[in-house]
Amino acid sequence: MIAAVARELNAGYAFVERNWNLVRRYAAWEVVWLVYSLANGLTILFIAAATERITGQRVDTDYLVLYLLIGTTMWSYLSAVFDIMAETIAWERWEGTIEYTLMAPVHRSLHLLGTCAFGISYALLRAGIIFAAVVLTFGIDISRANLAGAALAVAVGSVSVVGLAVFVGILPLLYTERGTQMTLVIHSALLLVSGVYYPVDVLPGWLQFASPFSPITYVLRAVRSATLEGAGPSALLGDLGILALMGLVLVPCGVLAFGVAERYAKRAGRLKRSG
Amino acid sequence: MTAVQPADAPADAPTGAGVLDAAPALDLQDVSKSFERQRFPWPPWAVARPARRRVMAVDAVSLRVRRGEIFGVLGANGSGKSTLIRLMSTLLIPDSGRISVFGLDVQQHELRVKQLINRVSVDAAFFKKLSAMENLAFASRLYGLDVRAARVRAFEILDRVGISRKAALKPMETMSRGMQQKVAIARAFLTAPALLLLDEPTTGLDPRSKRDVQVFVQELRAVHDTTVVLTTHDMDEADRLCDRIAVLDRGRVIALDTPAGLKAQTAAGLPGGTAPTAVTMEDVFLHLTGRPLDDASSTDDED
Repeated sequence: MIAAVARELNAGYAFVERNWNLVRRYAAWEVVWLVYSLANGLTILFIAAATERITGQRVDTDYLVLYLLIGTTMWSYLSAVFDIMAETIAWERWEGTIEYTLMAPVHRSLHLLGTCAFGISYALLRAGIIFAAVVLTFGIDISRANLAGAALAVAVGSVSVVGLAVFVGILPLLYTERGTQMTLVIHSALLLVSGVYYPVDVLPGWLQFASPFSPITYVLRAVRSATLEGAGPSALLGDLGILALMGLVLVPCGVLAFGVAERYAKRAGRLKRSG
Repeated sequence: MTAVQPADAPADAPTGAGVLDAAPALDLQDVSKSFERQRFPWPPWAVARPARRRVMAVDAVSLRVRRGEIFGVLGANGSGKSTLIRLMSTLLIPDSGRISVFGLDVQQHELRVKQLINRVSVDAAFFKKLSAMENLAFASRLYGLDVRAARVRAFEILDRVGISRKAALKPMETMSRGMQQKVAIARAFLTAPALLLLDEPTTGLDPRSKRDVQVFVQELRAVHDTTVVLTTHDMDEADRLCDRIAVLDRGRVIALDTPAGLKAQTAAGLPGGTAPTAVTMEDVFLHLTGRPLDDASSTDDED
């Protein structure tokens, strides 16, 4: 029993190790991407810092900067997990290794969760660097923040994000050439309705309707409560509960849907190498 | 030459005196596979024609491969060879028919079948930015091998196919296509599969490398009792390696026999009482299909 579990974990770890090896090989690109993300984040935060001057109205700049910093950092984290899932599948299709991965004796859930485990570890590291750099640049005071609560919200929310990422992975599995770009539809929809840079109640009614269906809405709300208000566990419980429930539904549904897509690809002959 | 030690078989793989001994290594019963292809509506006034058409790639194929056999599949481009290999390796689902590997249905027992097989395709598919060793480490984890032991064995196998330790640690993008193909072969050998599916594995290799791989395939069978299914365009290779050969034409098996048997059949059909020893596999192919091997009448986009 222990040997079987160790074997499964070993197989799941294969995806983490391989992708970290790829990050190492593309180190220069990683630096470029990090600088780009950091510059993007700083640009948004400088808009917050300049709001008082732009509008001529009194604004709690520190609060606004921290509010947007949470949005920027969380979006950097969440979008990186999606990107990695989609890019890994697309890359495997492009290199032709997808056939070898899919014919290996590994449960599909382990394959997908292993890829997501790498995505989470990579995205956390990158988002952490961006967060730390911005906090230092703006001298933001986070001494009142409940960082443990925020971390818990991210941890619980990550389960739902994994579920969504697995759904995202279906597109490059079925559409070799444009599948990754097609995931941008999901990205942009989540960015729009989840309140990444604004409270969702500023959205028109028909868009507000979609907000509760995005787990990112709850992750952001919980992280902001913990960081901006220093909210304790009891205040976070509602959002954490919803996130846990969403995770419980999204992960198995994602794996199931990927399995259906894989079977379709095997029936239609869509796994063959392209490019 | 030193023999490469067998890989650690997965604990739950049906090895030994069980199902492996009781059933044929591979059993295909009436297997068919077709693909739907988009038809470009041209000329424009032909839009009324159906926009899609079905292409039959494998047509009611039945064959049985014995345990420990090296079984060849010969066919022109587009004859359905690669589709057949993909069907055997769980990468395609047949429209009809049944495929079993050591008695295990590939649809019902997919994971167990995957533990028993490995495949080398004509394209060496790897993460080219990674080294050969990193790619092999990935494969060894997926197949449940001990990574340290697999690393030692990988170096042995790579050495056997002429790839030095130094080259094995460099990104694969620096390797020639032939070297990449050797790493692909090493990846399959590393897992010591009970059934090895080789889809034109020596295409693109220089004569010496080709010979090395052929010797290695024979050794794998001799030492590990591996069953091998080999598709190839190389008639000499098929003649030298295979115990039996199936000739595939337009998705159908049109002949199946030992190389000597196929030659004898061909000799009997040739005018002037040609001796079987004077017949080559190329003659066999021409006689059976009525066209040379490189005459591709592609019905199979998979090939």
